[in-house]
Amino acid sequence: MDLFEYQGKQYFARYDIPVSKGDVAVTVDQAIAAADAAGYPVVVKAQVQVGGRGKAGGIKLANNADEVRTHAGNILGMDIKGHIVKRVWVENASDIAEEYYASFTLDRGAKKHLLMLSREGGVEIEVVAEKNPAAILMLHIDPVDGLPAAAAKKAAVDANIPEAAQQGVADILVQLYRCFVDGDCDLAEINPLILKPTGEVHALDAKVSLDENAEFRHPEWAEFQATVELDARELLAREKGLQYIGLDGTVGIIANGAGLAMSTLDVVNQVGGSAANFLDIGGGANADVMAGALEVINSDKNVKSIFINIFGGITRGDEVAKGIVEALGRVDLRAPIVIRLDGTNAAEGRDILKNAGIPESKLTSKSTMLEAAEAAVALAK
Amino acid sequence: MAIFVDQNTKVIVQGLTGGQGKYHGLRNKAYGTQIVAGVTPGKGGTDVEGIPVYDSVAEAVKATGATASFVTVPPKAASAAILEAAGAGITFIVCITEGIPAQDEARTYNTLVRDFPKVRLLGPNCPGIISPGKCNIGITAGEIAQLPTAKGPNVGIVSRSGTLTYQALYELKQLGIGVSTCVGIGGDPVPGTSFIDCLREFQADPETHAIIMIGEIGGSAEEEAAEFIKANVTKPMSAYIAGVTAPAGKKMGHAGAIVSGGKGTAQGKMDALRAAGVLVGHNPTEAGSLMAGIVAGLS
Repeated sequence: MDLFEYQGKQYFARYDIPVSKGDVAVTVDQAIAAADAAGYPVVVKAQVQVGGRGKAGGIKLANNADEVRTHAGNILGMDIKGHIVKRVWVENASDIAEEYYASFTLDRGAKKHLLMLSREGGVEIEVVAEKNPAAILMLHIDPVDGLPAAAAKKAAVDANIPEAAQQGVADILVQLYRCFVDGDCDLAEINPLILKPTGEVHALDAKVSLDENAEFRHPEWAEFQATVELDARELLAREKGLQYIGLDGTVGIIANGAGLAMSTLDVVNQVGGSAANFLDIGGGANADVMAGALEVINSDKNVKSIFINIFGGITRGDEVAKGIVEALGRVDLRAPIVIRLDGTNAAEGRDILKNAGIPESKLTSKSTMLEAAEAAVALAK
Repeated sequence: MAIFVDQNTKVIVQGLTGGQGKYHGLRNKAYGTQIVAGVTPGKGGTDVEGIPVYDSVAEAVKATGATASFVTVPPKAASAAILEAAGAGITFIVCITEGIPAQDEARTYNTLVRDFPKVRLLGPNCPGIISPGKCNIGITAGEIAQLPTAKGPNVGIVSRSGTLTYQALYELKQLGIGVSTCVGIGGDPVPGTSFIDCLREFQADPETHAIIMIGEIGGSAEEEAAEFIKANVTKPMSAYIAGVTAPAGKKMGHAGAIVSGGKGTAQGKMDALRAAGVLVGHNPTEAGSLMAGIVAGLS
């Protein structure tokens, strides 16, 4: 789950990472109140999860309430690369002497935590990595050891952070690491991490991605969940507890298992079609789950055909077939189904479907994944 | 021969008294696996259809001499269960639990590396391992696995995805090709056992003559495997990578299946494997028929 900047800053604040005084606003009046509280001058920042906000006019400096009114009025509702701005973050503007970069992620190859620290902040780290890789310090941290204060200080020195900022950067690294580990982040990034002319080090931006597997121990994440931007199909899927990702093709997909679902998308693409979604119904595909899945797909107006791809391992083909028959009784589908049922008890399952009296215009059965994909794509054209 | 587990492997089930643990534990036993005990704190002294249950792994190991454990407990309890097994002398741990926080996984993995270097963890979030006819630990339906033959050729399977693992077993069964061992390494960001660990064992196993590898988008495990194959694997291989059409930045069901910053794409992985001499199919069936061609050439 990716957080908005303002949520990231609020999350940082929980771990004592210094951020600018500010507040989030959804109306112009709220923005002015936030600016009055933060103290002028302020920066009004569009809250969207896409890069290039500044260039698009989504970040503006305001010296007084009138300027906040103008800028917040322009930015709220603005379309930045297809993202509509619903909120602005208004914070006290900072004087900047230098800009650095700091982040923690999990390096999957090394199976260790990875600190990236650079003296060259304020630009995308990918750009620095390409143009001047020597300017980035990469330090692996054993999750069992963690990051002691002395190691953080050494990292700041090794990354050529100027002496005046070394201790401040090291302190923030320790706090950011605690946020990354205890806060169950997939990514905790500060860019830029600034040195003020007065000597303090401070997080001017926040990019945080949370590991949803850890949700059970973070009740405070509920408010972040509430602002996750989902389309209508994704909202319905979430209500039904399904693993669903909306795409923009015309073949609705239902498969059991994440790997098979991914593979189904690929095969549809391979035979010249495009998938409307990714949907994994998981191991035990009973009638309720199948009906829910069909309902979600049926709510997608782009769907012209539905490809159900089931491989019975633990899931038994006869149970899946019963589920489909029952689900068809509950959901009135707009698009025809092509099903490929294979694996454990597949023959029994196909018999159940055949004997259920479903007209062929509504459901056809194919014995291989490729044949089924071809049939589904043909129906979608 | 087979890799990691065989007919002599004695297995305990941590979580045998739970719904999933009981269902799969008993299925594994019915398949012929030596399921010798269950462990559930507070339920020591009871039994599950004749399988004795102990309060701790240490007691179960002492009573039975088990060396392998099947961990099927909820995400909150999984890390502690894995470390308990390692501490009690278990050397092969299969964890099927899905949904363990990545921070817990990273800490558990590195704790094992440091304190229990001889212990192998398979998973988490994996379907388990089956050496057909000998041992089945996990959730794979044993009947879809073709038995290996004494003279071969037999195929080893290693996969990151559960259903695609079953699909691969099924394809080989349709073709009448025997399987030495099928290992599901799981789809999480920090798997205990990697493709490379399995490839090394398959390369050394005299009963394995060819290898199928099934990968998916995200991370760089397939690219690292390709490097290893180039340098160390002489047995012929076919492969399939799922997720060619997956959109960037979205987790495709598995926590580890995500393309980020242009890295971890299916195309990059397929290119790397092809460059290492692996025959790469566009779908699981094609990987199976490519393997059929390989096997025909070996017999």
